[in-house]
Amino acid sequence: MATIKENIAARFPQATFEDADVLLINIPDEQLHDLAAALRDEYGYDYLITIVGVDRVQSLGAIYFLSSTATNQEISIQVATTDRENPALTSISDLWSIATIYEREIFDFYGIKFLNNQDMRRLFLSIDWVGYPLRKDYDNSPENNAPSTQNERQSDFTQVYTRREDGSIACEDRAVFQPDDFVVNIGPQHPATHGVLRFRTAIDGEIIKKIDVYMGYIHRGIEKLCENLTYPQTLHFTDRMDYFSAHNYHHGLCMCIERAAGIEVPRRAQVIRVIMDELSRIASHCLFFGTYCMDLGATTMLFYTLRVREQILDIMEKTCGARMTFNYDCIGGVMADLDPDFVKDVKALLATLPANLKEYNKLFVGNVIAEGRLEGMGVMSREHAIDWGVTGPSGRASGWACDVRKTHPYSVYPEVEFDEITMTEGDSMARFKCRMLEIEQSARIIEQLIDNIPEGDYLAKVPKVLKLPQGHWFQLVEGCRGVFGVYIESDGGTSPVRMKFVTPSLNLAAVTDSITSGNKIADLITIAGSLDYIVPDMDR
Amino acid sequence: MEVTTKSMPYEAWKDNEYIENLVDELRAQGTNVLVGSLDKLINWGRSNSLWPLTFATSCCGIEFVSLGAARFDMARFGWEVARSSPRQADFIMVAGTIVNRMVPVFRRLYDQLAEPKYVIACGGCAISGGPFRKSYHVAKGIEDIVPVDVFVPGCPPCPEAMIYGIMQLSRKVKVERFFGGVNRQEKQKDFVDEHPMAKEAEKIINGD
Repeated sequence: MATIKENIAARFPQATFEDADVLLINIPDEQLHDLAAALRDEYGYDYLITIVGVDRVQSLGAIYFLSSTATNQEISIQVATTDRENPALTSISDLWSIATIYEREIFDFYGIKFLNNQDMRRLFLSIDWVGYPLRKDYDNSPENNAPSTQNERQSDFTQVYTRREDGSIACEDRAVFQPDDFVVNIGPQHPATHGVLRFRTAIDGEIIKKIDVYMGYIHRGIEKLCENLTYPQTLHFTDRMDYFSAHNYHHGLCMCIERAAGIEVPRRAQVIRVIMDELSRIASHCLFFGTYCMDLGATTMLFYTLRVREQILDIMEKTCGARMTFNYDCIGGVMADLDPDFVKDVKALLATLPANLKEYNKLFVGNVIAEGRLEGMGVMSREHAIDWGVTGPSGRASGWACDVRKTHPYSVYPEVEFDEITMTEGDSMARFKCRMLEIEQSARIIEQLIDNIPEGDYLAKVPKVLKLPQGHWFQLVEGCRGVFGVYIESDGGTSPVRMKFVTPSLNLAAVTDSITSGNKIADLITIAGSLDYIVPDMDR
Repeated sequence: MEVTTKSMPYEAWKDNEYIENLVDELRAQGTNVLVGSLDKLINWGRSNSLWPLTFATSCCGIEFVSLGAARFDMARFGWEVARSSPRQADFIMVAGTIVNRMVPVFRRLYDQLAEPKYVIACGGCAISGGPFRKSYHVAKGIEDIVPVDVFVPGCPPCPEAMIYGIMQLSRKVKVERFFGGVNRQEKQKDFVDEHPMAKEAEKIINGD
């Protein structure tokens, strides 16, 4: 790490460094693009985890989190602008495709225009929205942006901002679709979009030419809400983003807060958390099989897979008291001790699981129709997956070993044996099979832990009023659909100044366009379904 | 008159008073025997085959999926035919948060449902905005947008609660007046007059 720092300091004399838990490089906007390109091409930081927009009152800025897929090291870059009236930064969307979406999100929330980004529209909010909601001076009075039953105004144009030679900013309108494109609207109310997502699909006959993913139909402004809540209060929102990864997301946020506050979690709680994470993973993948097969017309598969899911939900209900939004992990441990039947129930589940998996394989994977519809469909290469930041089983099916449990081992994961499933095909079938094999690995992890749950406290002593020291922290965990990240910035108070959730589904939806182009429109359901995004997770 | 549904004793219901008031209202309007019997027959058929619209925005939708699967099995009650088109559905179960961008879409879905149509507000978000009530982009409950027949609290409500909610709806359907009664349309009119957002939507439909 030291050598990178020295090299960068020599090449970019204006850069200043901050040793937080991830090395932070402050750089003026003019050199951002060069630095990002150098980090990507020369130092191997080829995966853009996220871009976090921040409002520091006197300045607006963005923090770029990069990671290396070879060494799994992280680095972050910060740029800022003091112009609040007309803020603009340089885009890096030519280096990473996913940056287009990230930058649109920041434009939506903070009003920062990214120069040279080819698609600078708002992402979640309507084009007539007044103000930028995540700015500290945002006026949230209800008359400003009241909900209305009037159809929202939509534009067929996107904007591209560039800097003129005299330093002023030029704006150019560019059409999203070609004039002779035939555009079919799929969603927001469509049974196969898995929620309220909308695809504006340009087709040529039956062939998809381009998809414009239109989000925001379930954008709930969670990040802004968190800024007015205390740390323990922010926890429950993570249950409601990706409701299948409720335990995993909770785990991530708790770990980030615990690390910042210096709270030691008892071992019993750590083991319980990991078992719960893996049980959620099994339940989540089971529901994926069910709904995905239902999308493809195999309705009965849902009944088979929900059998296992219900069994897991029963186990959770006994311990956590709820079937879905558990709110079980809390800062310093878990909310309640395990149910006395827990070990017995989990063992019963593990005993029946292999037979169930065999049945799913027999019913669906080996099926001629399934093979015909899934194999070779929506192929995504490893480079493509990294370019779009597609993680989780979808990324691993393309051969990218991106499992946070292996790359940044946390909790008790380093002590358990399990394999990271990677495949090379990168098609819909590989994504499906990858999940099937992951269930086996999750079962393997639980098997190793279930007999070794240590005695002791399940909750550490945590101060009643929790204040985090000044600073910022970044934490990654493995959700059921990919990498989930939390960024917390604190000014020393009881609530965060900025809390950013990095969710895998945003990337999964964003990549749909590039892997479906050229396929038949009927296969859109197959390909998009195999990515398994959750709409409230991408919209937050 | 004891209004109940299949295999549920009348005493087991928690809110019989409400239904009794509806029955009294129905009686007070008065109707002849023939039309009354036809009403009964039609309502019997309707209340036993309520078809939901496949509509879910977030967490509650997953419990709705569980409701359709073998364990909770809503097919027992005749609700299993979840339709993807509002034209073919009888009621819309609002499972999840309705945000500003979704409001016009949701209202249009409601307008597309064929009469008689019903709405169930399922979960905290649909009832009041739930945990997201203070957000800049969330509608504070769907009652401002469409008239609601049944509220099912929970976050998300467990499938049993959803079953109770839909059974409650079928009880309401049983005490409805079909022939000669335009009371539903009248209620719609009152609703539109009281709620500015619904009035706006009405204007769009009428092309004003």
